[in-house]
Amino acid sequence: MGGREAPEEQLAASPTGPRHTHGAHHHDHHDHHHDDAEAGVPLAHDDAALISARGIWLSRAERPILQGIDIDIGAREIVTLIGPNGAGKTTLVRALLGLQVVDRGNIVRKASLVVGYAPQRFEVDRAIPLTVARFVALGRRAEPERIEEVLGEVGARPLGERQLSELSGGELQRVILARALIRSPDLLVLDEPVRGVDYAGEAELYTLIGRLRSERGFGVLLVSHDLHVVMAQSDRVICINRHVCCSGVPQSVAQHPEYARLFGPQAARAFALYHHQHDHRHDLAGEPRPEGAERPRTDREG
Amino acid sequence: MGEPFLLRALLAGLGLALIAAPLGCFVVWRRMAYYGETVAQAGLIGIALGLALSLNLTASVLVTTLAVSGLLVVLSRQQVVPFDSLLGLLAHAALAVGVIAASLVRGPQLDLMAFLFGDIFAISSADLQWIYMGGAVALAGLVFIWRPLLTLSVHEDLAAAEGTPTERVKLLFVLVLALVVAIAIKIVGVLLTIAFLIMPAAAARPLSETPEQMALFAAIFGMLAVAIGLFLSITFDTPGGPSIVLVLAAIFVASIFPTVLRHRR
Repeated sequence: MGGREAPEEQLAASPTGPRHTHGAHHHDHHDHHHDDAEAGVPLAHDDAALISARGIWLSRAERPILQGIDIDIGAREIVTLIGPNGAGKTTLVRALLGLQVVDRGNIVRKASLVVGYAPQRFEVDRAIPLTVARFVALGRRAEPERIEEVLGEVGARPLGERQLSELSGGELQRVILARALIRSPDLLVLDEPVRGVDYAGEAELYTLIGRLRSERGFGVLLVSHDLHVVMAQSDRVICINRHVCCSGVPQSVAQHPEYARLFGPQAARAFALYHHQHDHRHDLAGEPRPEGAERPRTDREG
Repeated sequence: MGEPFLLRALLAGLGLALIAAPLGCFVVWRRMAYYGETVAQAGLIGIALGLALSLNLTASVLVTTLAVSGLLVVLSRQQVVPFDSLLGLLAHAALAVGVIAASLVRGPQLDLMAFLFGDIFAISSADLQWIYMGGAVALAGLVFIWRPLLTLSVHEDLAAAEGTPTERVKLLFVLVLALVVAIAIKIVGVLLTIAFLIMPAAAARPLSETPEQMALFAAIFGMLAVAIGLFLSITFDTPGGPSIVLVLAAIFVASIFPTVLRHRR
C-alpha cells in the first residue's frame, strides 16, 4: 500500500446507470474513493462497461477486505484480476456479481446482463445423481444438439453421459465452462478456473477462453494468482491486494514495482524467462507440441 | 380382509409415499434431514395446541410447522451457534414442550404413542382428504420450483449469479416441507415423519442416474414399503408406522449393499 494510499476523500458521487445493487444506498452520497492516479480510473461510472464499480469497501469482522476498489469490465475485453492469497479477489468477484453485499460503493451492471460464472469452489455433491449433459443444461431448456455443441467447444463432448461426480478436476472445469457458455453470456466470470489442472492444462484452458472470446465477443473477468499463465490472453490486468495496486496491459503490470513487491522480484524475472522459453504449447496431458499445430493462436489487442 | 379402516390406511400410506418421495430427495440433497426432524418434532406442540383449543389437529400442526420453519429461516442467518447444533437443541426442546403441554391438556389418559409414532389405522375420511388435497398442493409447489431448486441445490452461488431468485425458492421449499410434515404426522407420528421422507430417497440413490429417476424410485420404494409394512402389521399385530419404517430400512440396506461391497474391493 505504502504512500500510494491516498487519504479518504468525500466525494459527492452521483453515479448514473441502469441498475444499482443493494448495499449501494444505505450509505448517503459519500463515496470514499481511492485515488489511483496511475490507473487513471475516471470517477464516474463507465456507461459502456458490462460491469462498473466505484469505491467498493468491505470489511469482515473488523478486518478490511476491499478498500475503495474501482473496476470496469468492458464488452469483448479480457480483464484479469491477480493478487496474492487473501487479496480479496474472490470477494470482489462475488460483490460484482451481486452475491456479496458490500459496505459502501456502487456497482452498476448493464441492463439484462447475462453472466456465465465458473466459481472458485465447486464441490460435486454425490448425493445428487446428475449427468454432465443434464448439468450443463440445468435450470434452462436446451436442445440435446446444443448441449453437445457446447461440450464440443470445450473439448468435452464424450463426457455428456458421464455422472458429474466421476469427472477429474480438469474435466469438471471444462464442463463448468460449457455450462457458462450455453447461456450465451455477455460476460464470462472465471474465478481461478483451473483447480486440479496442471500448469500446461491451465495454459490450454486460457487459450481456449481467448479463442472463444474472439469468436463470440463476450467480455471475460478472470481471476488468477499467477500472472504468467494468463498473460497471453489478457487485455488488461488489475493487480489487487485489498486495493488496486496497479493495472494496465499485462507486460506493464509484470514490470510494475508494486507487482514485484507483492509477488517478489523473482516473479518478474521468471516471467521474462517463461515468456522467452514458451515457443511451444502443451496439450492437456502436458505433452509439448509445436506452436500452431492445432489452431492459430488468438491475436491479442494491446 | 378389505375392512374400510385397512383400505383407508393403505390409501393414506400410498398417498404420503407419493408426496414424500420427491420432497425427500430434496431433503437428502440439501442435507436438511435434521431440519425436517426439528420441524416434525415441533409438530407435537401443534398437537397440544389443537387438543387444548379443540381445533382440527392437522390444521393446528400445520400452523406450528409453518411457524417453526419461519423461525428456523431467521435463526439460520446467525452464526454464533452451528446450525446443526441449534437444530438438535430446538428439536428436543420442542419435543419436551410438546410432550409436557399435551400431558397437561389431556392428563394421564393421553395416548402419547399415537402422536409420537402415528396411528395409521385411525385415519378417517377427513384425514384422507387432508392428505390428498394437501399433497396435491405440495406436489404442485414442488413441480413449480423444481428446476431452480435443483440448480441451487447443485451450487447456490452459481444459481444466484445466473439470476435464480435463490431466497424465494428456498423459502417456498421450506413451506412445502412444512405442509408435508404436517400431513405426515397424523400417519407416522412426529418421530417417524423424517424417516418416511429420507429413507426412500436414500434407498433410491444408488440406482439412479438422474434426479427425476431418484424421485421415481423413491416413490416406488415408499409405496412398496407401505403395502408390505401394513401387511406385516396386520399379520403380526405390530404398530403400523414403525412396521413401514422397518421395511424401508430393509429396502435401504438391500439397495446400498452392492455399492458398499463394490467400494470394499
